Amino acid sequence: MYQKSKFPEPPTDDKRWHSVQVVMRKHGRSPHALIESLHAVQDAFGYLDRDALTYVARSLDVPLSKAYGVATFYQYFTLKPPGQHKCVVCTGTACYIKGMTELLDALKEKYGVNVEQTTEDGTLTLQSACCIGTCGLAPIATVDGEDLGKVSKEELLAKLEEVLHGHS
Amino acid sequence: MSSVQSVQIITLTIDGKPVGASSDETVLDVAKQNGFFIPTLCFLEGLIPYGACRLCLVEVKGSNRLLPACMTKVAEGMEVTTDSEKLRSYRRWILELLFTERNHVCSVCVANGFCELQSMAEALGMDHVRLPYLHPQFSVDATHDRFVSDNNRCILCSRCVRVCSDIEGAHTLDIMGRGIHARIVSDLDDAWGNSPTCTRCSKCVQVCPTGAIKEKGRRSVGEKFKRRDLIAYIAKLRGGEHE
Repeated sequence: MYQKSKFPEPPTDDKRWHSVQVVMRKHGRSPHALIESLHAVQDAFGYLDRDALTYVARSLDVPLSKAYGVATFYQYFTLKPPGQHKCVVCTGTACYIKGMTELLDALKEKYGVNVEQTTEDGTLTLQSACCIGTCGLAPIATVDGEDLGKVSKEELLAKLEEVLHGHS
Repeated sequence: MSSVQSVQIITLTIDGKPVGASSDETVLDVAKQNGFFIPTLCFLEGLIPYGACRLCLVEVKGSNRLLPACMTKVAEGMEVTTDSEKLRSYRRWILELLFTERNHVCSVCVANGFCELQSMAEALGMDHVRLPYLHPQFSVDATHDRFVSDNNRCILCSRCVRVCSDIEGAHTLDIMGRGIHARIVSDLDDAWGNSPTCTRCSKCVQVCPTGAIKEKGRRSVGEKFKRRDLIAYIAKLRGGEHE
C-alpha cells in the first residue's frame, strides 16, 4: 500500500526533529530504538501525535500498531498536548492509604479534570504516578516538578491557584 | 564451530511417568506427545508461545513457583506435575477472572460451541464465578468489510497479534494500553476498515479463541467456524520451527 523510502522525512521542518533524528541515527535506526526515540519526541514536543508516531515507526521499520501499543502502555508517554502546568498526584500504595483519593476528588471538583486529562482552557494537566518513590512523604503531589509532601487538599489547591493565577 | 545446536535426548518424569524428550522441546510439547492434558488458551500450534493466559502452569520439583508449560524447556531429570489440588484451584481462578473481566455471555455469542474459553471452563469444571462481573463498555469496530472486532469478548491472548505479525507479516493488530484497559487496536487505533496494512487474510479470525474477532455474515449464535489447524500447517510449510 505505502512505499517506504529509506529515510522518511520529518513531518514538519520544526528544528526539534533534529534531536529525534540524532537518537534514531545513534541506534542505527534499529526497531529496538523505539522507546528511546519516542522518549526523544516526548522530551522535544511534550507529547506524541499521530504524525510523530508514524514518522518514528516508519523510520525504524516498526509496525504502526506496535508503536501505538508501546506509546499507550507506558505512562510516561502522552498522546495529547499537555497543559501549561502539570500536577502529578502519586497513587502508590502508601499515598492511597494516606488519602490521595481526596486529592483527586478535590481536583476533579475544582477544575473538572480526571487523571490524564487537561482542563478545557489548556492551563492544567492532571497526571497520576504509580509511586514517586518517597513514601515517607505520603500523600505526595508535584506541581510543575515541585514536590509537595504530606500535602492536604487545601494546600494542593492553594499551590495550584498560585501557579495558575500568579501570586495573589 | 557448527551453528547447529546439538539436540540431546533427555528423560524426565511427568506425573510420575518417565518420558523421553529432545532438549529443545517445551514441557507442553512433551506432555502432549505423551497424552497428558494441560489446559491452554493463548497457546496455539504454529505460533510463538507467549505465556499470557497462565492456564498451563505446572509444578516442577525444585522450583518454588509454578511455571508455564508452554514457555518452559524440558531438562534432564525434571519432575513435572500437571495436575494437583493447587493447580486446579489456580486454573479455576484464572478462568473466573477471564469470565468476569469482560462480557462472556455464551448464549448470545457467535462463538458459542466453538469457543475455547467455553470448552476450557467445561473441561475444568468451572460452572460459576465467585467475583462480580465488571461488564466494561468497549466499542465494537465493524468498519472492516469482512471482519468485526469486539473487544468485549477479548481475553487478550494475543493470538491475533502474533499471527498477524509472525505468520502474515502485516502486524496490523496490536494491544494498546495496559491492565484492564488493554485492548486490540489496528494501526494507530484507527478504524480497521481503513487500515492500509491489513491484508484481509482472516488469519486473526481463525485463531481467535473466543468471539472477539469474527467474520461478517455469521450473525447467529454458534455460527463461528474456525480453521485453527491452518496456522500450524503454514508454519510447518515455511520450515520455521517457531520457538
